[in-house]
Amino acid sequence: MLNSTSIPRSFQEIMLRLQFYWASKGCAILQSYDLEVGAGTFHPATTLRALGSKPWSVAYVQACRRPTDGRYGENPNRLQHYYQFQVFIKPNPADLQDLYLDSLAAIGINSDLHDIRFVEDDWESPTLGAWGLGWEVWCDGMEISQFTYFQQVGGHDCHPISGELTYGLERLAMYILNVDHVMNMPFNDPNAPVALTYGDVFRQPEEEYSRFNFNMANTDLLYRHFKEAEAECINLLNVDPIDQETGRRIIMVHPAYDQCIKASHIFNLLDSRGVISVTERQDFISRVRSMAKKCADAFLQIEERL
Amino acid sequence: MMELLSARLVPNEVSKWKALMQELLIELLSEEIPARLQRRAAEDFKNGMIAGFSEAGLTFDRAEVNYTPRRLVLVVHGLSEQSLSVTEERKGPHTDAPEQAIEGFLRAVGVDRDHLEVRETKKGTTLFAVVKRPGRPAQEIVAEVLENVIRKFPWPKSMLWGEGKLRWVRPLRRLLCILSENNLAQVVPFEIDGLVAGNMTEGHRFMAPEVFTVNCFMDYVQKLRQAKVEIRADVRSEKIWKHASELALNAGLVVLKDNFLLEEVTGLVEWPVVLMGDIAKEYLALPHEILQTSMKEHQKFFSVLNPTSKRIEKLIIVANRETADCGKTIRLGNQRVLSARLADAKFFWENDSKIAKQGMHTWLEMLKKVTFHNQLGSQYERVERLVSSAALFASVIPNCEVDRVIQSARVSKVDLNSDTVGEFPELQGIMGGYFATQAGYHLTVSDAAKNHYKPLGPSDEIPHQPISIAVALADKLDTLTGFWAIKKKPTGSKDPFALRRSALGVIRIILENELRIPLSFLVNFFFVQHYFRLMNDVKAGELEAINVALIEWHDLPLTIRKIKESEQAELAAALQKIKQVVLQNTENLLDFFYERLKVFLRTQNIRHDIIDACVSMSHADDLTLLVHRIRALSTLLQTDDGENLIQGFKRANNILTQAEACDGVPYSELPDVTLAEQTSEHLLFSSLERVAKEMDIALQNEDFTLAVQSIGALREPINAFFENVMVNVDQSAIRENRLRLLNRVRCICLKIADLTCVES
Repeated sequence: MLNSTSIPRSFQEIMLRLQFYWASKGCAILQSYDLEVGAGTFHPATTLRALGSKPWSVAYVQACRRPTDGRYGENPNRLQHYYQFQVFIKPNPADLQDLYLDSLAAIGINSDLHDIRFVEDDWESPTLGAWGLGWEVWCDGMEISQFTYFQQVGGHDCHPISGELTYGLERLAMYILNVDHVMNMPFNDPNAPVALTYGDVFRQPEEEYSRFNFNMANTDLLYRHFKEAEAECINLLNVDPIDQETGRRIIMVHPAYDQCIKASHIFNLLDSRGVISVTERQDFISRVRSMAKKCADAFLQIEERL
Repeated sequence: MMELLSARLVPNEVSKWKALMQELLIELLSEEIPARLQRRAAEDFKNGMIAGFSEAGLTFDRAEVNYTPRRLVLVVHGLSEQSLSVTEERKGPHTDAPEQAIEGFLRAVGVDRDHLEVRETKKGTTLFAVVKRPGRPAQEIVAEVLENVIRKFPWPKSMLWGEGKLRWVRPLRRLLCILSENNLAQVVPFEIDGLVAGNMTEGHRFMAPEVFTVNCFMDYVQKLRQAKVEIRADVRSEKIWKHASELALNAGLVVLKDNFLLEEVTGLVEWPVVLMGDIAKEYLALPHEILQTSMKEHQKFFSVLNPTSKRIEKLIIVANRETADCGKTIRLGNQRVLSARLADAKFFWENDSKIAKQGMHTWLEMLKKVTFHNQLGSQYERVERLVSSAALFASVIPNCEVDRVIQSARVSKVDLNSDTVGEFPELQGIMGGYFATQAGYHLTVSDAAKNHYKPLGPSDEIPHQPISIAVALADKLDTLTGFWAIKKKPTGSKDPFALRRSALGVIRIILENELRIPLSFLVNFFFVQHYFRLMNDVKAGELEAINVALIEWHDLPLTIRKIKESEQAELAAALQKIKQVVLQNTENLLDFFYERLKVFLRTQNIRHDIIDACVSMSHADDLTLLVHRIRALSTLLQTDDGENLIQGFKRANNILTQAEACDGVPYSELPDVTLAEQTSEHLLFSSLERVAKEMDIALQNEDFTLAVQSIGALREPINAFFENVMVNVDQSAIRENRLRLLNRVRCICLKIADLTCVES
C-alpha cells in the first residue's frame, strides 16, 4: 500500500503515505488534537512549540472545523469539517522546500508532468497574534499547500524559526484521485469488502452541522461559553503556580490554551450564526488574541526556568 | 567652527593608461521572491552596489541587473582593479585655538600631529588634517559593499529562517560572486552568516537542478539558458506575449492585453511555457467580468476573446516548465481548477439573478447590517445620504433627472449583499449594473450603479452620463466629508480610506465633463448631513426640511437667515450650531482639493505657483472655471510677453508697496490723465483704458484666454513707462498721480490672478 511509485487509490492512502514519508524524515507522528480547531496551526504542537528555542519536529493529521463553510454536503469542494496534514519543524531544515517536493512525489504527484509553483502568500492569524512569510504552493494552478516560516506567535518573535507545511487533504486528494465531487471520493480502498466513500462517512454530519452552524446553535449559550472560557483561561494563568497537591511549580499553559482554542471556535460559530457585527468582530478577535498571548507568555516563562 | 564632518577628497593621480578592467558578477539565489517585489528589488540591489562603489572610489563602465523568481543578478562591466587613492583633507581649528580644541580635532579625525598642515585662509591661519588613503583592491571593496547592501536591503517585509540572524525576503540559499578577466574567474572572498560566496549556481528547480560553475557573465547567461533559466525578465515577458498572441491568432482569437498580469506571471517563471486551454461550455454565458476576474485573480490566466462572438472563450496559461506530454497534464489540471471555481461563480450568479429579478428588496434591507464605518454608520445610512443629495445634484448638473438619481442611489450599494460580490469583491458596481438591469431599471440607472465608483485610478475612465456623474460625485463627496468629520484625514503616506483617490476622482469628473458646480456648497451640504448624524439629536423630518432649504439657497449662512425669517427657530438654531464647524471643514477640505489639483496638473506641466495665483481668486471652487483661468495664465507665462509682464507687474507692485508703507496711505484713487507729462505716461494711460474695457468684457464672458491676451498688451507700455518715467519725483502731486497710475496697473493685473504668487 505504501509503494510510493504508484498513484494512491483512496483518501486514507494519501494520509498514510504522508505520515509514512514524514516519519521517514524523522518527524514524530502525532494525532489530531481533541478539540475543535479552525486549522492545524491551532494544535499546541504548532502554536506553543513555535515558541522558545527547543528543537521540534512533528507531523499530524488535524481535523478542522470552519462553521461558515458548511454547504449541507452539496458543494463539491466546501466542507465545514475537513482534514489538514500538518508538518512542523524547528528550526526549519535548510532543504525544507526539497523535502516538501519529495513528499508530493510520495503521494503520486510527478513533478516531471506537473507545474509546481511557490506563489507569495503571507500568513497572518489575528486570533493567535501570529504571522509568517511563505507561499501557497500551486500544482497546475491549484493551491495544494501552505508553506510558512513562522516569524511571530502570541506577539513574541520566534527564534529559531520554524517551518510549517499545511496540506489541504481533501482538495489534494480529489486532484490526485481525479474526482470532481468530494463526496464521491473513495475513503478506503475501493476494492475493500466494505468500500466507503467520503460521502458515506461525512455527508450526514455535514448536513446536520450545516443546519446547526447556520440556524440552530444557541447563541445565548455560545456568548456565555465564550465568557466562561475566557475567564477560565485567565484564571488558570493567574493562580499561584505552586501546586497544593505536590508542592511543585506547575503553570497550566496547556489547559489555559485549551480555553483559548474553545473561545476561538465559539467565536467562529457565532460568526456563522451571523450575529456578530463588524465592531464586535474586532473585539472578539482581540480577546482571543489576548488569551493566546497570555498562554505564549506563560509557555516562554516555563522554558526560561528550565 | 571646526568643519569636522565635511571632508574633501582629492584623487591623487589620474592613470595615464587604462587600468586593467574586470567584470563583476553577483547572483543572490533565494527561495521564491514574491513576483510583485522583484523588479524593485533588482533596482535597489543595483543602486545600492553602485552607491557603495562610488563612495569607495571604485570606478566602472556600466552595471546591469536582472531577476527571476529565485535570483537577483548584477553584472558590473569595466570595474577597476582598485579604487582611486585619495587624499582626505579636513579643516580644523585656528592655529591659536586652545590646546583642547586641537586635541579634540585630532581625535575626531583619527590622526596625529604629523598630519597637520598650517594654511592661510580668509578667516586666518588654520590647521588642516591631511590623510593619504591608498587605493584598495576591488575585491575587498566588493565584499564590503555587498555585505552592507545585503544587511540593509530595503525589502518591504523581510524574514528570518532557521537559526540564522540574517534577514532576507525569503531564505537566501546561495551566493555567486566572481571577478573575471578574460574568462578567468576569481571568487571574491566573502561570507555572510555562514553563507560563503562561490563560483557556482544551479539551473531550473525542476528541469535542471544540477549545480555548475561559471566563469563570467556570458558564460553564466548561456549555461543558465541550457539549464532552462532565462534571467532577463524582458525576454521572458516578450516570449510569453509573443507565444500567447500566436496561439490565439492561430485559433482566430485575440488575447486581452493586461500589462500588470504580464509582469506578474513573468515574475512567477524562470522558463515560461505558454499553453492555451478551454473554458467549459456551460460557463461561456457568464458575464465576461466574472470570467476575467476568476481567471486573472485566482489563476493568473490571460483571457482570450473571440472577436466575432465578443465573448471570452479560451484562456492562456503560463507554466514554468516543459513536459514530456507537451503540457497536456498541466493544461487539463488548470482547466479543472478553473471549472471548479466557475461552478461556484455560476451558482452565485444564478442565485443573485433570481433576487435581482424580484427587485432586490432583500438586499436593500440587508444594507442596514453592513457597516460602512463604525463612526459613519451602515451602508444603508450612506445610501440615505446619497438619496437626500439627489435634488441638489439635479439642480447643478444639466439633464439630470432627480427621480433617476434617487433610484440609482438606492440601488448603488445593493450588490454588496450579493453572493457574486461576496466572492469577487473587485466586481462591486459592475455586478450592481447587471442586477439593476435585471431588476428592470432604466439604462441610466444601471449605468450609474455600474460606474459610480469610477474612476478607480488616475488612468481609469470617468462616468459621463448625468445620472452616473451625480451618484459618482455624491458617493465620493460623502466619503470625503464623512472621514473629514470624524478626523480621519490622510497623513503623510497613510491614506487607508483612499481619500486622495476620491478627491482626484471628483476633480477629474468635474473637469473632464466641463461641469460648472459650486464645489464648496456641495461639500457644505454633505458636512451638514454628517454633523447632524454625529450629534444625534435631529429628527429625520427636520433634516429633510433643512435639506430642502439648503438646496433652495445654495449657501449655508443665507439658508440660516431664510429659515429664521420663516420663523422656524428650532431649525435655524440647529443649523446655527454646526455652521462654524461646517464652514471650517469645508475650507479645509477645499484646500485638500486644491492640493490634489496641483498634483494632477503637475503631470500636465502646470506650475504650482500659477495654481496658487488662481486659487486665491473668487469662485475658485468652480473647478472648471478655475482651470480655464490657470491654463490661460500658464499659456501667457510661457511667452516672453508673459514673463516681461510679470516683471513689470512686480516692479509696479514693489514701488507701490514701498511707497504705501513709507507714506502710510493707499494710492487707490484713480490717476488723473491731465497730470501726465511724458509720452510713455500718456501711452500707459490710454493702454490701461483700453485693456480694462476689453478685460472686463472678457471676464464677464468667462473668456480667460481673451482676458489674458488683452493684458499681454500692457507689456510694452509698462516697459516704456519704467524706462522713461521717474516715479519718485520731487513734485508730490506728480509723484502721487504716478503711484495711482501704478495702482491702476496693479488692480487690472490682479483681475487675472493674484500675480504676486507667481515666481519669476
